[in-house]
Amino acid sequence: MENVLGIINLINERQHLKDLTAHRNVASVPFGGRYRLIDFTMSNLINADVSKVAVFPKEKYLSVMDHLGSGKEWNLARRSGGLYILPPIHPDETVTGDMKQFYDHLKFFERAEADTVIISPGSHVCKLDFNEVLDYHKKQKADITVVYKDYVGEMIEKPIYHTCSVDSDEDITDISFYTIPRPGDHVCLETFIISKTLLVNLIKSCVASGEYDFLKDAVKANLHRFTVKGYNFTGDMPFIHSIESFHSSNMNFLNPSVIRSFFGDTWDVYTKIKHEAPTKYSSSSKVTNSLIANGCDIEGTVENSILFRGVKVKKGAIIKNSIIMQKGVIEEGAIVENVITDKEVRITSEKSVIGLKQPTVIKKAEVI
Amino acid sequence: MGAKKWIAMLLAGGQGSRLGELTIGLAKPAVPFGGKYRIIDFPLSNCTHSGIDTVGVLTQYQPLILNDYVGNGKAWDLDLDVGGVSVLPPYQGKEGGEWYKGTANAVYQNIQYIDNYDPEHVLILSGDHIYKMDYSKMLDYHIEKNAEATIAVIQVPWQEASRFGIMNTNDDDKITQFDEKPKYPKSNLASMGVYLFKWKTLRRYLINDEKDENSSNDFGSNIIPKMLEDRKKLYAYRFNDYWKDVGTVESLWQAHMDLLEDTPNFQLDDQQWKIFARNANHPPQYISPDAEVSQSLINEGCMIHGKIEHSVLSYNVQVGYGSTIKDSVIMPNVTIGENVHIERSIIASNCVIEDGAIVGNSSITSDITLIGENQTIINPNKKKITHS
Repeated sequence: MENVLGIINLINERQHLKDLTAHRNVASVPFGGRYRLIDFTMSNLINADVSKVAVFPKEKYLSVMDHLGSGKEWNLARRSGGLYILPPIHPDETVTGDMKQFYDHLKFFERAEADTVIISPGSHVCKLDFNEVLDYHKKQKADITVVYKDYVGEMIEKPIYHTCSVDSDEDITDISFYTIPRPGDHVCLETFIISKTLLVNLIKSCVASGEYDFLKDAVKANLHRFTVKGYNFTGDMPFIHSIESFHSSNMNFLNPSVIRSFFGDTWDVYTKIKHEAPTKYSSSSKVTNSLIANGCDIEGTVENSILFRGVKVKKGAIIKNSIIMQKGVIEEGAIVENVITDKEVRITSEKSVIGLKQPTVIKKAEVI
Repeated sequence: MGAKKWIAMLLAGGQGSRLGELTIGLAKPAVPFGGKYRIIDFPLSNCTHSGIDTVGVLTQYQPLILNDYVGNGKAWDLDLDVGGVSVLPPYQGKEGGEWYKGTANAVYQNIQYIDNYDPEHVLILSGDHIYKMDYSKMLDYHIEKNAEATIAVIQVPWQEASRFGIMNTNDDDKITQFDEKPKYPKSNLASMGVYLFKWKTLRRYLINDEKDENSSNDFGSNIIPKMLEDRKKLYAYRFNDYWKDVGTVESLWQAHMDLLEDTPNFQLDDQQWKIFARNANHPPQYISPDAEVSQSLINEGCMIHGKIEHSVLSYNVQVGYGSTIKDSVIMPNVTIGENVHIERSIIASNCVIEDGAIVGNSSITSDITLIGENQTIINPNKKKITHS
């Protein structure tokens, strides 16, 4: 899709994943055994043949830069187009809003040959077909298309979602900020389609009048002026709003039909290559109902768990209902149950770490 | 173009007919190995780790998959402006052209390619061995000995020595004699098919060898013996690590089984010496509640519902409920149905083994069963479906 510019907007991230986002942004939180959350948005753009993608991070973006690199794993290392990472240009100032950061990089938008822009955050785990959304946008002759999804899942504790009202003509009639959605409420996925000209005009006019938030100041404020349509995304997507929902949405991938629907023959989720060897199961390994990435070395027991790349499980170690991120080491006889260990965590021999209702999170590189 | 200290020429043209059905549509170096690699990944990764940035890959037999696989070399960090990987098929020039007649002729036909880089030394490699070797140490040795040629050697069991090119050396490891597959070997130092030459010397010998109508234009049979006859300084470089020629179905299977020891002699997951490969993009492997996996290597994209014992599974292999795979090698994209039994077998890419089928034989005296690419194996006892 030559005329479309993809924007991955990390400016409005909300840090609800506690220790997992202590040193990284939400988009680079590891997910599903070998991915980062941003891989899903990146892959949605790539699968729609978007060949120019800009990532707007706000803070703690070293890991996202490291992960995306030159963009070659997403076929975005190109002479024209490709991947751009556009961080805040005044690192000492607090970022006042996405529109301000877009304004700081206004030349990027003006120079881009695209006529249409897709804006999306980097934390939704879903297969969203942007070609379909673009078709909808064109057919509806919308100025702005807002992608929303009906809320499913547990009652959430913190008001972190924005919801929208949609009338029978699929017009967005109102947007409410920071709500606690009930099942069926329309949660705004902060994913939009807009023409580049309109976006550039809105960036200029909003910033000129001291308004810096795209959803509030460009979309909501103009609901009556523009045709703002709602696209109802009905595909699978977990709402990740807490450590618990992060854990359960990972565990959801232990269902073969979910794996197949996300990673089928026609839809690839791309991620950074690590050149890890196939996983080695020893004569003493016992593994059931688990998702295991490459480069693992398993001598112990693994049940209902997700192991990222390069995890070592020594003899007699037991892992249950847990997520062990990259290069974790679970030593001899250690017991890990209902736990999320961040990258490079070592659980020493004979130690047990058992999470309660909410899984215990072990910080990056910690030794227990 | 600036002169290079050394470059490598990788002989990847071999048909590998002893691998039977595995190499009908595939050159031997492109045969899958170790669950995610192809044989050629081993010498190419060795080059990267040894600091060689220019590799000519000589192909001729079934080159399509190999060419496609090597691509621009980026998987091995060999995508460079000057150097990198070049795939070199035989070609027609003003004077005509011909297929590569022998290993030496293949390099002879690419003298121009090598001259472009004006290297001091040329490393000749073959694409059918599994090993991890730092060629830069061999180069140091070669320079220290001021050798015209250095040949990497490995001690093989005496009873196997007559299968190899055997080096006889003096106390200083200077080569005195080279016997290609001797009936009565005088030593057990076998050539690994890794040769390092001073380019100026090799160039002269290649040109002279080409003029010799009686020559079979082969390094082992012609170039090396001729250099010895001329009393050139040739040294043996001893290599003491794992090295396996995977030229036969048995040895290919055995090399896979070697990977499955709890502490194998050859490790694929060495973080200091990663084996680089073109990575297929697949999700993590899924081991179901009904699966049992032990002493095995399994790659991403696999979905396992059965029992895997002492086997190697490549990417995207599906194993159904109640199936057992033992002492076997399953190559990419193989679908195995339910209640299948596979033992002591190699199943090549894209095969389908239908429900209830039995492949292979548990007897250790019988040959390894090989199922070639794209085959469908049915259960002979399956009741025929009758249409009314």
